[in-house]
Amino acid sequence: MLGDLSLKALPQSPVTAGGAILLVAGGLAVVALLFYFKRWGWLWREWLTSLDPKKIGVMYMVVATLMLLRGATDAAMIRLQQALASGNPGMLSPDLFQQVFTAHGTIMIFFVAMGFMFGLINLVLPLQLGARDVALPFANSVSFWLFAAGAALMNLSLVVGGEFAATGWLAYPPLSELRYSPGPGVDYWIWSLQIAGAGSLLAGINFLVTILKMRCPGMSLMKMPMFSWSVLGSMALVVFAFPILTATLGMLALDRLAGTHFFTADFGGNPMMYVNLIWAWGHPEVYILVLPAFGIFSEVVATFSRKRLFGYASMVWAIAAITFLSFIVWLHHFFTMGAGANVNAFFGIMTMVIAVPTGVKVFNWLFTMYRGRIRFDTPMLWFLGFVATFTVGGMAGVLLAIPAINFQIHNSLFLVAHFHTMIIGGVLFGFFAGITYWFPKIFGFKLNERIGRWAFWCWLVGFLAAFVPLYILGLMGATRRMDSYDSSLGWQGLFVVSAAGAAIIALGIALQLWQVAYSWWKRADNRDLTGDPWDGRTLEWSTSSPVPAYNFAVIPSVKQRDQFWEDKRHGLARAKLAHHAYRDIKLYKNSPLGLVIAGCAFLLGFSLIWHIWWLALIALAAVAAAIFWRSLDEDTERLVPAALVAKLEAARQGGRR
Amino acid sequence: MSGKLRVVLVILLAVLVLAALAVVLPGLNYAQLNPKGLVADKQRDLLITASLIMLLVLVPVYAMTAWIAWRYREGNKKAVYRPDWDRNRFIEGVWWAVPVVIIGVLSVITWQSSHQLDPFRQQADGRPLTVQVVALQWKWLFIYPEQGVAALNYLRLPLDRPLRFEITADAPMNSFWIPQLGGQIYAMPGMRSQLNLVASQPGKYPGRSANISGEGFSGMTFTAEVISQPDFNRWLSNAAAAGGGVLDWAAYQRLAEPSKNQPAALYSSVKGNLFDMIIAKYVAPPAAQHLNAMKTP
Amino acid sequence: MNRPTSQAINSPVPVFAFWVYLMSDLVLFASLFATYAVLKDNTFGGPSGAQLFNMPLILLATIILLTSSLSAALALQAARLGNQAGTLGWLGLTFFLGAAFLYLEIAEFSKFVGEGHGWQTSGFLTAFFTLVGTHGLHISLGMIWMLLSGVHVLMRGLNRHTALRLGQLVTFWHFLDVVWIFIFTIVYLMGVNQL
Repeated sequence: MLGDLSLKALPQSPVTAGGAILLVAGGLAVVALLFYFKRWGWLWREWLTSLDPKKIGVMYMVVATLMLLRGATDAAMIRLQQALASGNPGMLSPDLFQQVFTAHGTIMIFFVAMGFMFGLINLVLPLQLGARDVALPFANSVSFWLFAAGAALMNLSLVVGGEFAATGWLAYPPLSELRYSPGPGVDYWIWSLQIAGAGSLLAGINFLVTILKMRCPGMSLMKMPMFSWSVLGSMALVVFAFPILTATLGMLALDRLAGTHFFTADFGGNPMMYVNLIWAWGHPEVYILVLPAFGIFSEVVATFSRKRLFGYASMVWAIAAITFLSFIVWLHHFFTMGAGANVNAFFGIMTMVIAVPTGVKVFNWLFTMYRGRIRFDTPMLWFLGFVATFTVGGMAGVLLAIPAINFQIHNSLFLVAHFHTMIIGGVLFGFFAGITYWFPKIFGFKLNERIGRWAFWCWLVGFLAAFVPLYILGLMGATRRMDSYDSSLGWQGLFVVSAAGAAIIALGIALQLWQVAYSWWKRADNRDLTGDPWDGRTLEWSTSSPVPAYNFAVIPSVKQRDQFWEDKRHGLARAKLAHHAYRDIKLYKNSPLGLVIAGCAFLLGFSLIWHIWWLALIALAAVAAAIFWRSLDEDTERLVPAALVAKLEAARQGGRR
Repeated sequence: MSGKLRVVLVILLAVLVLAALAVVLPGLNYAQLNPKGLVADKQRDLLITASLIMLLVLVPVYAMTAWIAWRYREGNKKAVYRPDWDRNRFIEGVWWAVPVVIIGVLSVITWQSSHQLDPFRQQADGRPLTVQVVALQWKWLFIYPEQGVAALNYLRLPLDRPLRFEITADAPMNSFWIPQLGGQIYAMPGMRSQLNLVASQPGKYPGRSANISGEGFSGMTFTAEVISQPDFNRWLSNAAAAGGGVLDWAAYQRLAEPSKNQPAALYSSVKGNLFDMIIAKYVAPPAAQHLNAMKTP
Repeated sequence: MNRPTSQAINSPVPVFAFWVYLMSDLVLFASLFATYAVLKDNTFGGPSGAQLFNMPLILLATIILLTSSLSAALALQAARLGNQAGTLGWLGLTFFLGAAFLYLEIAEFSKFVGEGHGWQTSGFLTAFFTLVGTHGLHISLGMIWMLLSGVHVLMRGLNRHTALRLGQLVTFWHFLDVVWIFIFTIVYLMGVNQL
């Protein structure tokens, strides 16, 4: 009846049980608060069923933040374990330790970085394009809820099953095959990623179409803001890369569920094929994350230097080059498989070639600042932190790209330090800059500058303290993923420094949470009444903050890049707002079906993990029924009458004086 | 706290940290920067060369960033402000060209070093010593096929002689790595990979598995001891005579059972073509395997 | 002048989005083709394609599927002309041809499994069953979609909304035809000719 599920599936180890209790208690507390304040109706109407990309964007942010807390807790356990385990087993058993770093990697990439990225895209992209909505608003809701369902399923592994994959975040077979990993951990990994990945693919299609089809009148591609360009590159990568992930995870699932032989070592399977396939997705994935971060920096640097973005055309070419090249470098993740000198050299050189467009972007940003009037608000600090760390990380990346050197640093902590430099210094710093930059646009008040600075310095100093020792340890022959090491190697001191760095980063995260809470509490003091708190350049700053549901009362039209900046300069911005010939606006109605579809997908994943076949069939049928139901619905829009728009706009512009 | 005081304190702190690093860091043992073998030697040189070439970009970028950020800060009204200056073919051409040149140089280095340090390529003249490496759950088995001797979690190697490691696994994928002798190569079930090294200084060097392979992965360490060729010969003949265990297929299968942190051990005699049989287990169906096993004496 | 500004269903957005989706589905198939190419010689003592495939039946299935693409196109044409009976008739024929194709595929699969050559036998058979089976799964989804589309047209008649869905369905069906041509060539023709 319940497949492989039994009471034995409850957590056995104290660490997992602690996590499970925390998770359940947290969930119950939220439910209790919602009852206490009678906010269920509000939550349902305003958020859960909303198809408004701004609401969906905020929900992405919330889930990503929660997952960041879990991922950071995992990171703390990793650093603590390695700081302690010099010549002794430390505090975690090897199996548990391996689960922890697998969960850490999985969460940080799929649920934190991807979550912040899709959140920001939802919040900003339609506004930058001068559009009222994304191309497929309902699909957007489905994407978000699939992402949330994936996150929920992955966390459920703490409570039901009591184990996660202990294979590393990419679960190489044959280790991840049934023979070596018989428990439900790898299945949790597969199905939470499969569900979240389906959501990402759908979102990728959606935003790609949004950019190509929904730009406001006059906005040709070469007049698009650079963030939108970077999203275009990133989403093109999503559309081409994520199906590979879907296929690969599907094949691994078949190996485990049906006894097929894609990736088994025997019976004619080929584990190396998995490694090729997963990196054919995995390398583009890195650029999927970092391109939007580059886009954010392009906006931030131009705005805070009060100057046009330098070398717009070469920026676009750089994005195009990176997008293309990222598909022909995947083999550099496994030079050590012994593919032969010609193959290795080819992929090594292709990898280094990516440094060219990336370098060009850095120089263009620097020349955007050159002859500007630079203000150093926190978004700009994040940019400087990015330049300081990312260039070093890039240098380490070029070293790793040279096969003969790679043999000596692959799988070492040097590699770990390298990709954390790229993901923290590149991706996360970029997203933090973006969050600070666009926060007032979405919520109507700025984040506190002072706390933001402290958070930045904690992140930067903590990052250096945590990862410089890992670069050094890597050159001392320390491999990644060790649950303990011989004390005679003399590694412990550096591991302790690294753990201290992680603690400083944790302080930075705490400060960021405090920054949001404090700024909300004091929101009356730092309200953004102008809609344009940073003296911005692109269309999103031309509407009021927080953005009305319809984004723009009148769809803007564009004749040049940085149209809003030029309008302000020529005194036209205000005149454009004083446009009184409003029309009725059609917006999409709420729909609970996105939530329903994702809920069924969650059940489907759960039942496949525990081999509850009848439930899987029901869940699958329910997904199909919900999609059909939605496709029957022709009444999906609601009308905001022109008179109401006029009233709302009058009230908003009243606040602007 | 006044601004000046804060700057002084930060500088003081930075100096203290750097001083502490200057005292501590030189005392550590950087395996890859302290090579004891021909390949590791060249890899170290390559690492340093490539790093220096890249500093040619990194240092100017740091300097430019600091200078531009300082010079064009909002408070500096003396600095030129050109809000519409957004392109310059020459300047943009320069920074497409400079990275292209640097990457071009690095590409040549990459191409040459990939061939020169190809793991499949013998690195010195002379008859190579073949060592067959089998990654097991969770230990390393080293077979000296010509001498009919095997060792567990312990590797003895002759000085200055080409070493050819043939590598496979009877376990999830591992990576065979002795940092001070040279780079790593994956050990995969059903596959035969190869690594050619030469040890150039006697001593004991730590080796380990660099790729996660399950619960006992962290314990998959071993020592590679490099000794002179006469000492090596003496060790081999002693080993054969010492009456250590016999490693036949049955004993191997017992050994291959998962176990953690196994102590080093010596087998004075290896029966049959063990290494090929381990690979054959994965690549051929049981019937064909049986035939194979019959063929080997 | 007071026309509502709307990104409504008649805009080209859903059509374009569907093409982008098909592109991503093509990448999925490409991954499976690549897998098949890697595993096709790994028979591990089991049979090879040349020993298994019954080409006359495969050719028949191919002709049936190509014909169904034609009838699907005719269904769409009838819908554009506002001919509801014609639309449903051609759609019914397409469904029938799809079912015939699927029957032949299932018969082939069950014959192999009956002879003891299931997908657990070898890497080759794993890749074969998955690649061809994924196509078959798409065909069955297309057929379910066809049923629902028929119901949709019966309920609502032919309007912009149902016509849009029909257009997407027919595009999907053609797409599956194209994928099949690749399967026919790479798996079957090249399989029996040992290229």
